[in-house]
Amino acid sequence: MSERSEQGGGVSAPSTEEPRGLSRRRAITLAGVGVAGVAGVAGGAGALFGGGDQASATEVAAGAVPFFAEHQAGITTPAQDRLHFVAFDVITKDRAKLVTLLQDWTAAAARMTAGKDAGLIGAVNGVPEAPPDDTGEALGLPPSQLTITVGFGPTLFRDAQGRDRFGIADKRPAALADLPHFAGDALKPELSGGDICVQACANDPQVAVHAIRNLARIGMGVVSVRWSQLGFGRTSSTSRDQATPRNLFGFKDGTANLKAEDAGLLRDHLWAQPGDGPDWMTGGSYLVTRKIRMLIETWDRSPLAEQEQIVGRTKGSGAPLGRRDEFDEPDFAAKGDDGEPVIAETSHVRLAHPDQNNGARLLRRGYNFVDGSDGLGRLDAGLFFIAYQRDPRKQFVPIQTRLARNDAMNEYLRHVSSGLFACPPGVRDAADWWGRALFS
Amino acid sequence: MRTTRFIVPAAAGMLAVAGLAGCGGGDDKSDATAGGPIVVKATDSACEVGTTEIQAGQVTFKVTNSGSKVNEFYVYAAGDRVMGEVENIAPGLSRELRVELPAGTYETACKPGMSGRGIRGALKVSGAAASVAPDAALTDATASYQRYVQSQTAALLTKTEEFVAAVKANDVAKAKALYPVARTYWERIEPVAESFGDLDPKIDGREEVVEEGMEFTGFHRIEKDLWTTGDVSKDGAIADQLLTDVKAIVAKANAEKLTPLQLANGAKALLDEVASGKITGEEERYSHTDLWDFNANLEGSKAAIAALRPALEQRSPDLVKQLDTEFANVETTLGKHRAGDGWKLHTQLSKDELKELSDSINALAEPISKVAAVVAR
Repeated sequence: MSERSEQGGGVSAPSTEEPRGLSRRRAITLAGVGVAGVAGVAGGAGALFGGGDQASATEVAAGAVPFFAEHQAGITTPAQDRLHFVAFDVITKDRAKLVTLLQDWTAAAARMTAGKDAGLIGAVNGVPEAPPDDTGEALGLPPSQLTITVGFGPTLFRDAQGRDRFGIADKRPAALADLPHFAGDALKPELSGGDICVQACANDPQVAVHAIRNLARIGMGVVSVRWSQLGFGRTSSTSRDQATPRNLFGFKDGTANLKAEDAGLLRDHLWAQPGDGPDWMTGGSYLVTRKIRMLIETWDRSPLAEQEQIVGRTKGSGAPLGRRDEFDEPDFAAKGDDGEPVIAETSHVRLAHPDQNNGARLLRRGYNFVDGSDGLGRLDAGLFFIAYQRDPRKQFVPIQTRLARNDAMNEYLRHVSSGLFACPPGVRDAADWWGRALFS
Repeated sequence: MRTTRFIVPAAAGMLAVAGLAGCGGGDDKSDATAGGPIVVKATDSACEVGTTEIQAGQVTFKVTNSGSKVNEFYVYAAGDRVMGEVENIAPGLSRELRVELPAGTYETACKPGMSGRGIRGALKVSGAAASVAPDAALTDATASYQRYVQSQTAALLTKTEEFVAAVKANDVAKAKALYPVARTYWERIEPVAESFGDLDPKIDGREEVVEEGMEFTGFHRIEKDLWTTGDVSKDGAIADQLLTDVKAIVAKANAEKLTPLQLANGAKALLDEVASGKITGEEERYSHTDLWDFNANLEGSKAAIAALRPALEQRSPDLVKQLDTEFANVETTLGKHRAGDGWKLHTQLSKDELKELSDSINALAEPISKVAAVVAR
């Protein structure tokens, strides 16, 4: 049996012990993947797995990402293949219940990210009369680089009626300012916002779904699922070791993303620094989510040249128009024979580029989604955009303002959901828990 | 004024507490009502109980309904555990309740219109203190719930007879009014009823569960005719069959002794009914009276938990507290949707209101799912 099914009564606390089936040495080596960006450990997988350790890519993908760290995992962690994202409303008015839930969630997340059952008893080891404390669909599956990342929405601090339900209104960071209405927004309230979000990413979709399902169950009576989203096929790379993936428009996405290896840039653009705002957020990051429906069918009928003009990159290699390689810097000054800019003024790459936005950058780790079809024979598909940053007021908001006004791509996009969350720093050890500094 | 029809339920009540009386010492069996029954004057807005401090032992209440609504009278122990009840007291009539009460604090309640928490009053019973051994507590749970089932089946039979009569008389308005009332008694004890295999689909089967070669009968068939065509003139045979089937299931249910584990699972099953069939409006798709069923399922679940309460308090007091909190939360949330003596239609609730109900049921169902293991250990 797997380690998930062998958790009978003896374990008493969320532990850092390595999951069974992995050697201690291997667990440490895999751990290096997760902290590479944080600790500034240079080099890619080749270096990490040097010294004769022949861990294959498959083994890495199946391994565990350390849960206890300075920053939450699931941000600079090399983007996994699958996503299950959920936004909760808090339905209790009892602060103590909310705190207990955050502690329970932390313990369950520490276990699940290590490849263990959500509860101490497990999916199949309890008494026959009791419902199992783990739902069981991840039995026998490896950790699959599961990360679970938590964030707090503006309404947790003060709800829509202006109430400070949990006595934390004065701890709301200024950077967690409600996003403005952007031109063309078609947001559905029932798919937007939320008091608490949980992002589960894994290389196995079943592992990601298992994580969210069990957390939602633990939260019954305290939180209620407001909306959730499944995603597949990461649309960004967050490490230089990862090839740039393609979104559903067929283009490479995230070429100019912040990467785990860019320690200086991460400090300037990703992590909340001392003095930025309330201390509880130092080492945390602000998350913006946008569910962006793509009008797939009309896009597919547009000519290749038009598609490339809209994006500002070639569809094949991903090179900026007028350049040769994907990672060549775009030349926004270059003019074509007709005297027009090679990279159009309304192209996506120009409007979103740091050079055009006072150097503002984002760490994107979005996912493709296909939620079946829409009843009119069209795919209900697009991009679930996820971006982490140090201050949305200086990063996402100005960038999106420009894109919403001028991006030629807007003809093929509909923003239907929006979320904003303050993700606290990492959980340090088994005595720590998500939001401890906020609620202490 | 002791008539034969009260002897059976009263005997069941005595059986249930025989063990308790034994614990309290042999000479405590004085009849607290030696001076005659305690008189209860019930109206649509009041519930006057003649004496509220009595001695432990056998107690008789005589309940007179001088209001305009059908009334009920209950004696509750902590957690709304039913010690005894009389249902279906028509305006102008009197009925008696005989109940064996060990020392303790109780509540009396009249329920004009047969809904809601009722008009409550305190009842203090003094005498030798009752102490219940763990196993006795579980044994008592079975007997206590059996009393509940018997009270519900009696009312189910009466109300089904009235409903069937209205259908056969082609009195559509009356049949529509009686439909959710009769079903209330069914829904309160649904897990018991469902344990009798083929009778359940005949009585309560929805259209889609009817298999090839089987006729669509029972409550929901008549519901469909009442609310879609308004024509039940051809439903006489179906109505007769419904009554026959209900009689059969009542006889079986009354004979059934549920184990404490079955009670625990039944309490959970009733909430599962709410979560899967009532919140969605699937159960009463023509009449949209799902909230009547919702409330009845909730009451039935609470009755099963109440029967287990003495055992649960000994074994897991924290769980009892949690259940009390969450039951109260569901009742408050559901209570927003009262309409007169009944409930709003499912179609009158917004999506947000339904989600709020769903959240409250989930919050209750999770701790209830833990009761079975506590009972089993």
